[in-house]
Amino acid sequence: MLVLDDVTKRYDNGQLALDSLSLSVAPGEILAVVGGSGCGKSTLLRLIAGLEPVSGGTIMIDGQRILGPRPEIGLVFQEPRLMAWLTVADNAGLGLLDLPADERQGRVRDALARVGLSEAAGRWPRELSGGMAQRVALARALVGRPQILLLDEPFSALDALTRADLQDHLLDLWDDNRPTLILVTHDIDEALTLADRVVVLKGNPGRIQTEVSPPLARPRERTGAEFQHWRARLLAELQHSFVPGRKGEEFHPAAAI
Amino acid sequence: MRKIWPHRPLGLLLPLLLAGGWELAVAFGWSNGRLLPPPSRLLGSLASLAERGDLWDHILATVARVAAGFGLGVLTGTLMGALTGVSPLARRLIDPMLQAVRNVPSIAWVPLFILWFGIFETSKVLLIAIGVFFPIYLSLSDAILGVDRKLVEVGRMFRFGRLRMVRRILLPATLPAYVTSLRAGLGLGWMFVVAAEVMGASEGLGFLLVDGQMTGAPSVILASIVCFAILGKASDSLLALATDPLLRWQDGFKTMT
Repeated sequence: MLVLDDVTKRYDNGQLALDSLSLSVAPGEILAVVGGSGCGKSTLLRLIAGLEPVSGGTIMIDGQRILGPRPEIGLVFQEPRLMAWLTVADNAGLGLLDLPADERQGRVRDALARVGLSEAAGRWPRELSGGMAQRVALARALVGRPQILLLDEPFSALDALTRADLQDHLLDLWDDNRPTLILVTHDIDEALTLADRVVVLKGNPGRIQTEVSPPLARPRERTGAEFQHWRARLLAELQHSFVPGRKGEEFHPAAAI
Repeated sequence: MRKIWPHRPLGLLLPLLLAGGWELAVAFGWSNGRLLPPPSRLLGSLASLAERGDLWDHILATVARVAAGFGLGVLTGTLMGALTGVSPLARRLIDPMLQAVRNVPSIAWVPLFILWFGIFETSKVLLIAIGVFFPIYLSLSDAILGVDRKLVEVGRMFRFGRLRMVRRILLPATLPAYVTSLRAGLGLGWMFVVAAEVMGASEGLGFLLVDGQMTGAPSVILASIVCFAILGKASDSLLALATDPLLRWQDGFKTMT
């Protein structure tokens, strides 16, 4: 169980990114966090990942405070962030350096097979397409068998077809061990396709505006009437959450469609 | 080897044309070739030096000095560069002084070094080491500071300690800049050895330069210069060849050609 209690994050420059935010996420739940640019959704993920300290409140995983990165929490960044000097296999095994070599190789082999990249194990990152690179990043996060997998707009830089493909793939992978998934996205379709629960963040400072648990059957068809109903509802919420930000941070809900 | 070979004949074309042209010009009597001896006389000088065994002694003395100075410069430059790159405190403490020292012309050290360390090998090797030190120190320090923060974050997510972070991320990420600085350092090593040997030596290619001037033998001076050119190019090629496998992963222009 992941519990955020009254979490506040204020940056050194005084900007209040998150303001008394409370949230619980059950084991195996798929949670999507949506909101415009600068609403604090990436900050939220970085706090849970332990990459940045909270300014107030607590984040607990199974009763323990998160004070830094932990082995049971994995993170997939917006960009693949592969090490250019490591092969695909070595990139995927980067988090397993403490394991004996044969065990590491076995787990990497399994993970790469699981994301459909067995053939690419010996390749350099420069030889991969954007979608392949993000699969490697996914494998790298999964080989550690995290209880909680955080995803920060992981598919936003990909074309629509690859994105849909990877979304399906993510659900397959999730089904292996059923970790908790927390997915930050600005794509309502993505949130509705994947998530059990969608939290809408409102920016400046970041607060939870609303949350919905669309009772949609899986696998979800984006063209169905029910899906469209929830889509419209979420869009309305997002428009509500829209606050003209500082310069360069403006969010236009229409752009998120 | 296949990749290097096609370029080699083209690079030799210009020097051979110039040498052949000059040889003909002297042969036809258009110039007496006294101040700029033709290649045949140059080769003659080299041959007679080689016959007496002097040439090898001179070459060996110079190569040994460059090798020792290069080794010392690489070692200290790497240590100081890594230290100031990784530790902000060390950088603030050491870097300003080194930057000031860097701007002292190399020749300025010679009298002091001779007073301190005598006229024999120590002062020469130290002078060369100073020349090699700075390009390596500067690029490594800057390269470490310039490593993509996003890649470092990946290491943090996997709870890398300082040593593992350096070995797995910082070091490989700075390798291309480091290799370039090694080559720049080696070039400066060859420059500084001349300064060291011209100031006072009884053997070495730099001594040959002075000797040729004193005895009015431009062919000896040219023979020494040609030796420097060949040794410099050969050592640089060796270094490039030795470091190439370390940079196979690079996604640069080179991989397209």
